[in-house]
Amino acid sequence: MSWVTKTLDSTLGRKLLMALTGLFLILFLVVHLAGNLQLLAGDGGDAFNVYAEGMAVNPLIRAVSILNFSFIALHVIYAILLSRHNKKARPVAYAVTNPSANSTWASRNMGILGTVIFIFILVHLRGFWYRLKFGTPEKVMIDGVEYKNAYIIVEEAFKNPIYSGFYVLSMIFLAFHLYHGFASAFQTVGLRHKKYTPLIQKVGIGFAILVPALFALIPIVMYIQSL
Amino acid sequence: MNLTLKIWRQQNHADKGGFRTYSITGISEDMSFLEMLDVLNEELTEKGEDPVHFDHDCREGICGTCSLFINGRPHGPKQTTTCQLHMRSFSDGDTITIEPWRAKSFPVLKDLMVDRGAFDRIIQAGGYVSVNTGGVPDANEIPIPKVIADEAFDAATCIACGACVAACKNASAMLFVSAKISQLALLPQGQVERRERAEKMIAQMDAEGFGACSNTGACSAECPKGIKQSNIARMNREYYAASVVTENV
Repeated sequence: MSWVTKTLDSTLGRKLLMALTGLFLILFLVVHLAGNLQLLAGDGGDAFNVYAEGMAVNPLIRAVSILNFSFIALHVIYAILLSRHNKKARPVAYAVTNPSANSTWASRNMGILGTVIFIFILVHLRGFWYRLKFGTPEKVMIDGVEYKNAYIIVEEAFKNPIYSGFYVLSMIFLAFHLYHGFASAFQTVGLRHKKYTPLIQKVGIGFAILVPALFALIPIVMYIQSL
Repeated sequence: MNLTLKIWRQQNHADKGGFRTYSITGISEDMSFLEMLDVLNEELTEKGEDPVHFDHDCREGICGTCSLFINGRPHGPKQTTTCQLHMRSFSDGDTITIEPWRAKSFPVLKDLMVDRGAFDRIIQAGGYVSVNTGGVPDANEIPIPKVIADEAFDAATCIACGACVAACKNASAMLFVSAKISQLALLPQGQVERRERAEKMIAQMDAEGFGACSNTGACSAECPKGIKQSNIARMNREYYAASVVTENV
């Protein structure tokens, strides 16, 4: 093994990969949210459709999206590798435990939270990304230019209360995942300082509440509009 | 105080082991937890039964020999060592469950005694400084800022009891290893082996089969010496830097 693979295969190296991919995905959430909030622009979906088309054709965005998909895969693969390793480290379980005395529920259940989020991503990609890319979406004319009507796909989907409800529920799981993951990623990459860590922790909690809440707002508003 | 004790009994490492329940009466709330177990062992010995084996040595909270997972927490409900835990932390009529540290790297030797040799092997791998023998150097010959000296000393208060491993859901030894790396990395005397130390100690930690860190903070919350999470962040930095700069290809 080379020194690179040796480092990345250690427990610390695996955690580093989890943290770095996690931090990238946190950045992705911000960009994704900024784009999706255009669904609530109240312009019949024009702004969103123009934006969606732009995302699909821009070569830079396409490159970043490939990176994004591979980072999600890495984050999942390393989560499985680490969980298996951690399970092996304690073959005989305690009869009595009192974990809430020393740690938060979210910090101990990142795997469960992550599994739900992963299922959500699969449903989400099948529902929107796949249909837009490989399906035959309707066309719409905006300012004399033809665009794929991504907006109508979203509008149709969120008419279904079960589908919208699943989105809102998934965002709660995302919130708890971020509640621990945000500050934890900084700790793992070694960024810890008396001056900045309290700020990172506060920003992390704010991020964990605000970003999933705004994401959840989209299905809620669009469902109410469909009534 | 009258208590019911559910104690893990195991003949040896190969034995499967199981819980045995004991009733104990007339315990003073001023007794330490280990003294309470001493009373039980006296009774067991008089009855001709095998006493409960547990680790202990100084009984003043400085050696790190005592252990015990008491009612789901290492060293019991207070953030101290089991020898410094007093029976006033419990109530009359309580049932107390006592288990050994549970980790693949800490095999049970007998009853509540575990083999913490894995910690020794991690220290042997790099937790030392090389110094020239000879005359005693003058005090304050090497200036060290007070804050740095304090930080190094805080890390050095780790008594290697293993409560961090016992508390961690992953049986990770990161808090112990990070304290031992920090206490030397912070000081001028530790600079010579600094990079290689991080690489060697973490390689040994992984070889011993300890888990990875989930940053739950359970280790620091349960550590009788209050070793901080900042040590783990420092260890991570030390390790990443070592990987990049040492000449070990």
